[in-house]
Amino acid sequence: MTIGSTPVKYRIKIDQDLCMLCERCIENCSYGVFRREGQKIVPDFRKCTACHRCIAMCPRDAITLEEKPNDYRSHPLWTREAREAIYNQANSGRIILSGMGNAKDYPVIFDRLVLDACQVTNPSIDPLREPMELRTYIGKKPRKIEINTVKEGDYELKTKIAPNLKLETPVMIGHMSYGAISLNAQLAMAKAVNKVGTFMGTGEGGLHKDLYPYQNNMIVQIASGRFGVDINYLERGAAIEIKIGQGAKPGIGGHLPGEKVAEDVSKTRMIPLHSDAISPAPHHDIYSIEDLAQLVRSLKEATEWKKPVFVKIAAVHNVAAIAAGIAKSSADAVVIDGFRGGTGAAPRVFRDHVGIPVEAAIAAVDDKLREQGIRNEVSIIASGGLRDSADVTKAIALGADAVYIGTAALIAMGCRVCGSCYRGLCPWGIATQRPELVSRINTDEAAQNVENLINGWTLELAELMGAAGINSIESLRGNRDRLRGYLLDEGIMEVLDVKMIGA
Amino acid sequence: MPDTITIDAKDMHYTPLNKKIREAVNDGAKEIIIENVLGQRFIGNGLRGDDVEIKVKGVPGGDIAMFMSGPHVTVYGNCDHAPGNTMDAGVLVIHGSSGDATAHSMRGGEVYVRDDIGYRGGIHMKAYHEKRPVLVVGGQAKAFLGEYMAGGILIVLGMNQDFAVNERGIGSGIHGGMIFVRGDVDENLLGIGAKKEQADMDDLKTIRIYIEKFADYFGFDSDEILKSGFTKIVPASARPFANKYCWE
Ligand code: SF4
Ligand code: SF4
Repeated sequence: MTIGSTPVKYRIKIDQDLCMLCERCIENCSYGVFRREGQKIVPDFRKCTACHRCIAMCPRDAITLEEKPNDYRSHPLWTREAREAIYNQANSGRIILSGMGNAKDYPVIFDRLVLDACQVTNPSIDPLREPMELRTYIGKKPRKIEINTVKEGDYELKTKIAPNLKLETPVMIGHMSYGAISLNAQLAMAKAVNKVGTFMGTGEGGLHKDLYPYQNNMIVQIASGRFGVDINYLERGAAIEIKIGQGAKPGIGGHLPGEKVAEDVSKTRMIPLHSDAISPAPHHDIYSIEDLAQLVRSLKEATEWKKPVFVKIAAVHNVAAIAAGIAKSSADAVVIDGFRGGTGAAPRVFRDHVGIPVEAAIAAVDDKLREQGIRNEVSIIASGGLRDSADVTKAIALGADAVYIGTAALIAMGCRVCGSCYRGLCPWGIATQRPELVSRINTDEAAQNVENLINGWTLELAELMGAAGINSIESLRGNRDRLRGYLLDEGIMEVLDVKMIGA
Repeated sequence: MPDTITIDAKDMHYTPLNKKIREAVNDGAKEIIIENVLGQRFIGNGLRGDDVEIKVKGVPGGDIAMFMSGPHVTVYGNCDHAPGNTMDAGVLVIHGSSGDATAHSMRGGEVYVRDDIGYRGGIHMKAYHEKRPVLVVGGQAKAFLGEYMAGGILIVLGMNQDFAVNERGIGSGIHGGMIFVRGDVDENLLGIGAKKEQADMDDLKTIRIYIEKFADYFGFDSDEILKSGFTKIVPASARPFANKYCWE
């Protein structure tokens, strides 16, 4: 009893004049916040995660929610979070688990970069009237092209082009595994990417058979746990991604607790029911860049060199040198996941303190690969907290070929970023395996939402490019002259290699 | 296409070699003999074919039989890094020693090594329903044997040696499957999450079939092997990380 209870985080008010006692809030809250007492709905604040499901479902808009209604004595250093983490660990002696992306108030570099627009001398382009080339090919490009003259005026390509992924928009959906998220959530996104002409990742949980119809738009992942990995799985994917690291938790492995390994998850991951699914920090057959190269080639051999192989790493201090090693390992693309990347579960100390922002990582990697003369041979995919089409445009201008979105796609399906994914009770049916919650996602509707989101961003991207006088994504890629730093310090400007506003 | 085909791998790169093997299997060959193998990696990677037998003469490079699903591969020589990596089904018999990460993440099938294996043997092996991978090592295993093992059976015999395993980190993070070591194992060599038990009659019955196959492949006397005592190493808990975390 030394510590006692901490103040509630969220206060819920129900306007009794508006409430019609339909009990929808009770039904919808998987955390059990609401109960009925006579002619009244009574909330238990302490159970609330601010997932907003009740608010969204209340037909009378009778529910309001306030954050931090009762703060501690204010202190700039000993914030509520700092104090409560100590109470928590003083009680438990354990590692604090958290969900979603970095929750610290680091400055967002994207927000201090502004894009360019044409004015008089170099006119802008109107995407309505002019064709805008957003098609993106991810994969190895040849160093040079050789052609044979077949006969006068007739040529054929002599150089063998490595397999590439053909994207109609540079926006893909990153890897969120079955197990971490529900099958309905995966299915909705799969339908969306299939419609839009882009790709999504399976995550490290294998590929459920219901996703087979969308396999041509799926990138299968092979992580240290090798869950769900066999030759059929590798052959099904349009590309294969080796996951070395993840932005939300660089340097550590993953762990899906046994409770979440339900029947279908166990089948897809190929592990016994309710056993822990542990992906250790390293791949135990990779201890050097040569070993990584061996795994890349091994995957290519196994699939007869028909599929591009990506390598995903977390953005960390040394990211450029690591990416250069990856580029030389015969990988077709390097995926850099910044420290704002989301996750179903990560130790909070990792989520909030390890890694670097993706903006700096993209620029550093792009520079290093150019310096080594290999940038043109390998693609860069950036991810980790991209929120809108401006972030996408800036990421590409900094040097990415394409981006992965994660949290944004979940938000398009209803996620309210409550950060409680690790509890497996997601009231929106996303980060859960409970059938009654999973069924809350209507896959067609959710697919439409995700499709709309990507389409909206793609339209905006085309407009932004047009405004900058650019009609092809290739000309935007690494075009840092289209960016200016606004209130960024000189050191960061140097890493990003962008000019100051006014310059 | 004859039932048996012979491929001369001398000076051949691994990609054309693997292509030839695949072609032979597709054309219906039942026995493929590969001569003069010298360091070629990825032999039989992702190869299917339950009735296919492959004989490798020489020393193959890393990841032989990786992702393999079906064939029976015999190597007449030593093997490099990670033979049987993430193997799905089939048999790999090695007449010699093999390198680190032997049978890494193996999820089905059987691997038999006559002599020694390197570090991290059988690491991350896992099982699912009828798929229960087996690794039998005739000689010694180095450190980190069976770490993170989630299923399957790992047997180390230490033939003609004082100890089958005399290095640390055995079964760290093990949460499924069983490791059998001939003779005794020093308690201090066990990793976190592993515990030692004496193998009982039921266990011996379980491993007998694999030891008989081992003896058969390499010309040993299985009864002689089975006479000795075995130490069984199993998970202390199926949930090694259950008490590590609290909620935000
Ligand atoms: S959902 Fe709204 S109207 Fe229905 S019981 Fe709850 S608070 Fe009242
Ligand atoms: S997925 Fe669900 S649990 Fe996770 S943050 Fe979004 S709403 Fe909350």
